[in-house]
Amino acid sequence: MAASWRDVFDLGDAERSASADREPPADERSGVFRRLRESLSASRQALQSELGATLFERLDAEAWERLEEALILADVGARTTADVVGRLESEVEAGSLAGPEAVRERLVELLAEVAATDDARIDLRRRPAVIMVVGVNGTGKTTTIGKLAWHLAREFELSVIVAAADTYRAAAIEQLETWADRAGAEIVRGEPGGDPGAVVFDAIAAAESRDADVVIADTAGRLHTHTNLMRELAKVRGVAAKRLEGAPHESLIVIDATTGQNGLRQAQVFAEAVDLTGVVLTKLDGTAKGGIALAIASELGLPVKLIGVGEGLEDLRPFDPRQFATALIGE
Amino acid sequence: MFDQLSDRLQDALSGVRSRGKLTEADVDRAMREIRLALLEADVNFKVVKQFTSQVRERCLGAGVLDSLNPGQQVVKIVNEELSALMGGASREIAFAGSGPTVILMAGLQGSGKTTACAKLAKLLARDGKTAALVACDTQRPAAVEQLVTVGRRAGARVYERGTEPPPTEIAAWALEQARAAGDDVLIVDTAGRLHIDEELMAELAAIRKLIKPHDILLVLDAMTGQDAVNVAEAFTERVDFDGVLLTKLDGDARGGAALSVKAVTGKPILYASVGEKLDELERFHPERMAGRILGMGDVLSLIEKAEEVSDQSQAEELERKIRRQEFTLEDFLQQMRQVRRMGPLTNVLGLMPGMGKAMRQLRQVNMDERELDRLESIILSMTPAERSRPDLIDGSRRKRIARGSGTTVQAVNQLVKQFGQMRKLMAQMARGKMPDPQQLLRGM
Repeated sequence: MAASWRDVFDLGDAERSASADREPPADERSGVFRRLRESLSASRQALQSELGATLFERLDAEAWERLEEALILADVGARTTADVVGRLESEVEAGSLAGPEAVRERLVELLAEVAATDDARIDLRRRPAVIMVVGVNGTGKTTTIGKLAWHLAREFELSVIVAAADTYRAAAIEQLETWADRAGAEIVRGEPGGDPGAVVFDAIAAAESRDADVVIADTAGRLHTHTNLMRELAKVRGVAAKRLEGAPHESLIVIDATTGQNGLRQAQVFAEAVDLTGVVLTKLDGTAKGGIALAIASELGLPVKLIGVGEGLEDLRPFDPRQFATALIGE
Repeated sequence: MFDQLSDRLQDALSGVRSRGKLTEADVDRAMREIRLALLEADVNFKVVKQFTSQVRERCLGAGVLDSLNPGQQVVKIVNEELSALMGGASREIAFAGSGPTVILMAGLQGSGKTTACAKLAKLLARDGKTAALVACDTQRPAAVEQLVTVGRRAGARVYERGTEPPPTEIAAWALEQARAAGDDVLIVDTAGRLHIDEELMAELAAIRKLIKPHDILLVLDAMTGQDAVNVAEAFTERVDFDGVLLTKLDGDARGGAALSVKAVTGKPILYASVGEKLDELERFHPERMAGRILGMGDVLSLIEKAEEVSDQSQAEELERKIRRQEFTLEDFLQQMRQVRRMGPLTNVLGLMPGMGKAMRQLRQVNMDERELDRLESIILSMTPAERSRPDLIDGSRRKRIARGSGTTVQAVNQLVKQFGQMRKLMAQMARGKMPDPQQLLRGM
């Protein structure tokens, strides 16, 4: 279970992680949980009002329908909803679940299973490890990178170089610069309108010569329907791979929790272009439930690795499927 | 996924359409498909429920099922209700009688407010109005710089005072400036905010109170899911926006969120952003959106236009040709052109009469308009004989066609091969057999 930062990164280097090896203090841990719960509480209330207090007590056709509706309202999508509810229904019919509590508990378990695909860790074993961050416009890529850099520097004392490879959007470089300052990371930047591949190339070169641990590349937001822009992204990835074998070691897509069923298409098309390794689900502090992440995990097998639950630096968190499912359904 | 949905829907509707007699069960089946299609398009669940029950009621109402042509009646009802839901005719923003018209832009983070400000200024400039922008997003790093840059690109004056003064103060100051400068319109960019963020929502309400905007636009991402309704309700409550500016419509999201917002708040969608360039903002056309949401407007218009565009005898001739595998590349070209006239569609081929879903499964690659142009030019580089008998096309003809169309021999090969497959498939379908698409794809 990736409840702490220590669990989410695969550093492959025991000494490095020593400073982060301490257990977080108990109050910090429960604080994190409370924060996630609070930030998901709006959705929890919504779902609970959909589910009703007595849903699991009399499981008739209407109850199953209400459950389906609730999951669809959480943006889980019709297909994944049908899968999960179908499995729960057949288990109930088989008589393997006794009592409403067991049914609720099993539902949480099933949702957590859907969300948890094999390896949700972030691979930082290489030096430098290269993380490429992609996504459609406005999902929070630059902000996520700022927070991620901050965590890597603070929790693991890693030296981070951010690559300002969004050379398209006006002031994107300045925005990343501000974040780099806050995080204590170095920034490698090109000219506005310049070649994003060149920026990534330079950043990797800089990381090698300065012996930096991690390179995080920001890329311009692009709609997955613009095939030329997707090709450009594949090219940027190619440049990284050519400069450093195995790079990028992580390609993360940032998905806004308010995204509806189109998120599935986004993940699919970006995966084709840059071979995604995971999802960062942002803006979970609103009333959006982020159920699209379940649909993506279920249909594409792409794990959610990080979640954003607020505007503060500490509000980027490792993803915990069980916590997420519990917060979604309520206790 | 969406293709499959619109296929399901086509099936459901064509099933209904072609029937001389309809039962309640037929209608229910069609309603289930419509419900799914709407949900996959991110139309809010409650809106879907209300919509389908309303349509169902009308369909089962007096006279529909016993009418001469019940299927078409049902299709008509669906179409009418959907258009009504989207909000009839398009609307304009309200302009001030004198002094600058103030437009306040509000929305969640990342919905595209800053870019939308510049695009709106540019659109208004086309109507001869000088629009200035004011940077009141003091939260996001570099948001001011971004507005200054895009504003300059759009040729609009940008008022900014950095990130130190409170946004209310900046807004009031800019309004004075705009008055003095004689700007026709002042567009106020604000920080993205969560609708449940008490403090920031109060700030937005304060800006509104202070500068009394003539129009407040909610900037909404077309990709928003079920939560759009909560967002819209919260913004309605706090600042009572006048209309929606829908962004990122150049993606392939169905944009059901927009429909939900309209249905729940009654606020119309005024503008839609359809591309990255600053001049790619348009006035919104509800009827186009209705079609997009169900992936069905196309179907509906095809159903309607099938009678209009191609006359009856032509259609029969076509069907006979398909049945006998006599369908030629010339027919293909004609059909393609006819359908392309109906609108800019990426799925245009799949919607051709008589081709339906199997055709679309053949075309696995994303068929964009340029690819269609390429297909056209390949066919146009063929002689009439080659068009009617593609088997004539040997090596040297291929080379000539490739040269003539500016494509490659491989492209010509591919077209000829796919056309052969398609012809076989269409004949099978016309004989009422549904071939296994997987098998077909393997064959290619």
